Amino acid sequence: MTALHSRAIGRDLLRRDGRLKVTGTAPYAYEGPLGKPAYCHLIQATIARGRVTGMDTTSAQAIDGVITVLTADNAERLASTEDNELAVLQSDEVAFRGQIIGAVIAETSEVARHAAGTVQVTYAQEPHDVELSVDRADLYKPYKINPAYPTDTADGDVAAAMASAPVTLENTYTTAMYHNNPMEPHTTTALWDGSLTMWDSTQGVHSARSVIARVFGFDHEQVRVVCPYVGGGFGSKGTPHAHVVVAVMAARATPGRAVKLALTRQQMFFLTGYRTPTIQKMQLAADRDGHLAAIALDVVEQTSRIKEFAEQTGMPTRSMYAAPNRRTTHRLAALDVPVPTWMRAPGECPGMFGPEVALDELAEQLGLDPIELRIRNEPSVDPDSGRPWSSRNLIACLREGAERFGWAERDPAPGVRRQGDWLVGTGVAASVYPTYRMAVSTATLRYERSRYVVEIGAADLGTGTWTTLPQIAADALGVDVDDVDARIGDTDYPIASVAGGSSGMSTWGSAIVEAARAFRDKFGTDPADGDEAEGSVSPPTGKYAMHAFGAQFVEARVHADTGEIRVPRLLGVFAAGRIINPRTARSQFIGGMTMGLSMALHEQSVLDPRFGHVVNHDFADYHISVCADVGDVQAHWIDEYDPHVNAMGSKGIGEIGIVGTAAAVVNAVHHATGVRVRDLPVTLDKVLAQLTPN
Amino acid sequence: MTRITVMVDGVSYVDDVEARTLLVYYLREKLGKIGTVVGCDTSNCGACTVHLNGRSVKSCSIFAIQADGSEITTIEGLARDGQLHPMQQAFHDNHALQCGFCTPGMIMQAIDLLGDDPDPDEQRVREGLEGNLCRCTGYQNIVRAVLDAAQKMKPAASAPDEMSTRQPSAVAGGGN
Ligand code: FES
Ligand code: FES
Repeated sequence: MTALHSRAIGRDLLRRDGRLKVTGTAPYAYEGPLGKPAYCHLIQATIARGRVTGMDTTSAQAIDGVITVLTADNAERLASTEDNELAVLQSDEVAFRGQIIGAVIAETSEVARHAAGTVQVTYAQEPHDVELSVDRADLYKPYKINPAYPTDTADGDVAAAMASAPVTLENTYTTAMYHNNPMEPHTTTALWDGSLTMWDSTQGVHSARSVIARVFGFDHEQVRVVCPYVGGGFGSKGTPHAHVVVAVMAARATPGRAVKLALTRQQMFFLTGYRTPTIQKMQLAADRDGHLAAIALDVVEQTSRIKEFAEQTGMPTRSMYAAPNRRTTHRLAALDVPVPTWMRAPGECPGMFGPEVALDELAEQLGLDPIELRIRNEPSVDPDSGRPWSSRNLIACLREGAERFGWAERDPAPGVRRQGDWLVGTGVAASVYPTYRMAVSTATLRYERSRYVVEIGAADLGTGTWTTLPQIAADALGVDVDDVDARIGDTDYPIASVAGGSSGMSTWGSAIVEAARAFRDKFGTDPADGDEAEGSVSPPTGKYAMHAFGAQFVEARVHADTGEIRVPRLLGVFAAGRIINPRTARSQFIGGMTMGLSMALHEQSVLDPRFGHVVNHDFADYHISVCADVGDVQAHWIDEYDPHVNAMGSKGIGEIGIVGTAAAVVNAVHHATGVRVRDLPVTLDKVLAQLTPN
Repeated sequence: MTRITVMVDGVSYVDDVEARTLLVYYLREKLGKIGTVVGCDTSNCGACTVHLNGRSVKSCSIFAIQADGSEITTIEGLARDGQLHPMQQAFHDNHALQCGFCTPGMIMQAIDLLGDDPDPDEQRVREGLEGNLCRCTGYQNIVRAVLDAAQKMKPAASAPDEMSTRQPSAVAGGGN
């Protein structure tokens, strides 16, 4: 791969969509440019399992302003029902509480919502089962884990190592159920006039198009999906959920008139996916110097009875540390619950909780500094694949972070620092995220009125795509970045992969570099107006194990009397290849770390086993960190250029920030108090119960 | 239906509204003021924050009829002749946004905060914005932007007075 000479790449440029966003003029999916739209509101099941035996819509139909009510009785039959999550209004079966069983289309959003509440539903209720535990007899081994990794791995003999090693650890750690909660609720505006136009809040216009085309049996040419701005996604907007299908049905019920469907925040807790809770049984065996003889993680997690999603929680354990004996397994319970999905760093985020806390515990047992313990177990090649690392700078991150954070002065003894009423401690954990490049993406480069224009159906979830793609194009063309425009977020542009797996820049950027090369080959440096070339990404060679790494440092303060936990300081150092734009990158790292802090201290979806729903299904009760919860959060990175990952030398940065944060918080709380909390979130009741009064 | 008269971003509107219509939906769906967005159903997120007679309100938590006779400023009414309000400029300059969905509400609330305390410290800013959620940025640049705007909006600095002509009592950049 020829390296790009970087002039625009690496520059701290202002985001191009900034002005639109500070003036409130960036159009999100609800703002589709339309005359007089109709509004759609969903009707949801109030049982967790059974059948709908009747829906009386008479009073709803009688309300002034109601256009129609969709139910399983009158909704159109879909061309494909193979994805059960999307087979909406196709049968009377209820598979989880909150499932869509109908929808009202009306002249105003108020009428639609009111009418939806008047529909009388009767059910034949069956007993439901929503409780995840390790003792369930029906845990099963999925065929693969997300997206297509082997379910289990094993090397050597972990049991023998556990039996013979001088130092061992065996603990169970749990992470909670979490909801993605992007600030923009999932929204679709749909217009049917023989063909379909959808303004959809999505992380990928092309993937949304292909899903909707398949479900309805449309040709791709019949469907246009537009999404220039997304109010955050974090995975939940990675693929269309059932409400998008309903929005299209509603549009087809009112041909020529657009329909707007915005989920409420509460509805999002049922319908747009979530991160499964995980139960992680962790085993470590080591010699007295801290060299690991064994590392094993057995994970139990949940999926929905109607559709499998197997979070790849064991993945980081496969690659992070050297040990001759190793094992990872995944077992699932298929419950009467909504369908889980991707949430920021699926796999790595929960999967770096148990192991990174366990290492901290092992370090304490050994009387070894936790950074030193990690350094002693640095693998020379990827233990999972046996492949060499394209680059691996975990140790550099740990060392640089230790330096910046002031780790050297740390007294390892837990629970001995008190400032006034506050117990103070610090903790560390490592981060990792794979460097993906998707197989499909194409960019067009055109010379238009003396400017270069890049077109690709990419997405900007707030990540900075509008700004960073021109930086890549400028360097690939050897022109000034101010002479390059980008057009994204529309299926009218060439196909782009979904913005997921932190793969956007690697994938779309590679396509743009190819397009730029083709353009220069064809037209030289003096193109004429209208000259145009295309380029596509090529799949990775598979020669290297490619990951970004990082280290996170936390200062925690725990109130000695109340157990209240504050985190005044969070510092991360990352090795994520070449940074395309330090301004947008830093913001993403810090945002990821803050979401990790939120996961550590606040977030938890509480499922009520009696009714099968998340009881804290709103922002009043599902707490995400607010400004006042957060202290000084700093993100730094080391200079890394990785020639093997792509022409830019860049790795993905959208997800790694959340990986490891929660473990670092737990480790810091332990250092402050001597209390080891192994179940997230770390709340004051869990600490207080074990805090010795003094 | 009840008839209301409101001044929104300097333009007067007379409309018949239903008693149940929330101010935010009146602004968005009737007036097309789509810069003001909805992020929750429980008055927690602050995405819908506007100024009502110079004070910030969560427009999802009051009815349109309660705004009868009021002057409302939304994010779309802050810039003057293409010139951004210093708070907007500070959010832009300090990269205090990613997806931008929280941004209109953050900016409106931040202006209100400076109305109460023109020279806040970091902690005051963090507490003053705790009713506005951001899922993307980790808040660091938002705090920085508000502190930056506070400096630029000090009387000595040559910041434009946002509402000088139409809303003499407005808090937007001034006092209350
Ligand atoms: S929409 Fe008003 S506070 Fe959330
Ligand atoms: S920038 Fe996305 S929610 Fe604040």
